[in-house]
Amino acid sequence: MEEIPEEYEGGIVKKFMYVNRRAPHGTIYAQESLEVVLVGAAFDQEVSIVFMDDGVYQILKDQDTSAIGTKNFSKTFRALEMYDVEKLYVERESMQARGISEDDLNVPVEVITSEEIGRLMEQHDVILSF
Amino acid sequence: MSILHTVNKSPFEKNSLETCLRIAMEGSSVLFIEDGVYGAVDGTSLNGKLSDAGNRLKFYALGPDLKARGLSENSVMNCVEVVDYDGFVDLVVRHDATYACL
Repeated sequence: MEEIPEEYEGGIVKKFMYVNRRAPHGTIYAQESLEVVLVGAAFDQEVSIVFMDDGVYQILKDQDTSAIGTKNFSKTFRALEMYDVEKLYVERESMQARGISEDDLNVPVEVITSEEIGRLMEQHDVILSF
Repeated sequence: MSILHTVNKSPFEKNSLETCLRIAMEGSSVLFIEDGVYGAVDGTSLNGKLSDAGNRLKFYALGPDLKARGLSENSVMNCVEVVDYDGFVDLVVRHDATYACL
């Protein structure tokens, strides 16, 4: 077996950006994204999550799925901090278009512009789309 | 740094192209694939948006996907370069990261 170079002994850490652009309960994308985020975090990778377009609906407060019989994974976003996932970003333009303010969200986020998202994207090694 | 943005949905059905154009930075590229190629066609209502972004971005469309949809290489806007599968691979290699804007 090939020897692992010394500098990789602690594992290779890459910067992952997860881009969420879909509403939470109509399709499985949002929930799957969250699963993958947790996997990445479990492997000590650097994780940023971006919510834009309908993805901003994923982190609205007061979601209650009891009457549609699906998992209310919106609560999991609040637990991300325990996995050292603290970089959550929301696109300002998407919030404005949907009449959403920061008070409507159930997790602390950084609200940034499209341009800032573009710049942030360039600082990541891997970009995953959901 | 530069990002290759791929768009695989028709801009008349989904907002992927619009989102891409909003976040793509100077020096990045947009590659139209699958149903995304409809966004590269000349004479649509989207031409203005593409022309505006053409100053800072490069546009490519995947030839096999155009052909499959009855669109010739001449049917895309002048600012769009048609590439084959090898060209797709070259684009991926030439950029620092790829964002598949689904």
